[in-house]
Amino acid sequence: MSDQATNDRIQDYVNKDDVVLFMKGTPIFPQCGFSSVVSQVLDHLQVKFQSYNVLDDMDLRQGIKEFSDWPTIPQLYVKGEFVGGCDIVREMFESGELQQLMTDKNVARAS
Amino acid sequence: MAMSADTIVELIKEGLPGAEVRIEDLRGDGDHYAAHVIYEGFVGKSRVQQHQMVYKSLKGRMGDELHALALQTSAPE
Repeated sequence: MSDQATNDRIQDYVNKDDVVLFMKGTPIFPQCGFSSVVSQVLDHLQVKFQSYNVLDDMDLRQGIKEFSDWPTIPQLYVKGEFVGGCDIVREMFESGELQQLMTDKNVARAS
Repeated sequence: MAMSADTIVELIKEGLPGAEVRIEDLRGDGDHYAAHVIYEGFVGKSRVQQHQMVYKSLKGRMGDELHALALQTSAPE
């Protein structure tokens, strides 16, 4: 079980920024195809997002899976709410739902 | 570690009785699959909840033994 401190830390991360992406690697150097797809979608939508590299932080890597009851990385959060992993983000992007979500939630644009 | 397509289909059908499961081995390495699951019980559930139901039927193997499962879920038309 991940400890309470990690859980609280994750809660802070998802509340601090409008869009938060837990991924393997970084947007510039993604270390996994699925993580890369999601960060590219966010770039394409031109929304500001904060990414966290779970490969640098084993507590985070395990804790995030328990936090959202979701077994894989990447994980996308918008306004503190878990949106999904690569499949769901891609499906929502292709249907236009992701753009709608960003607009509805009044997410900050990338400057 | 890898998993066979049959094992995955079996587990999903066990966990989601009556589900229709179409599976494809993307790379032939037993580690990268695409699956489309059609299940009555998805009605009224969000995508996240639908996927979580499939992951639960895989009893913790998702992300460990099974590295990648490109998942598509829908309720029957």
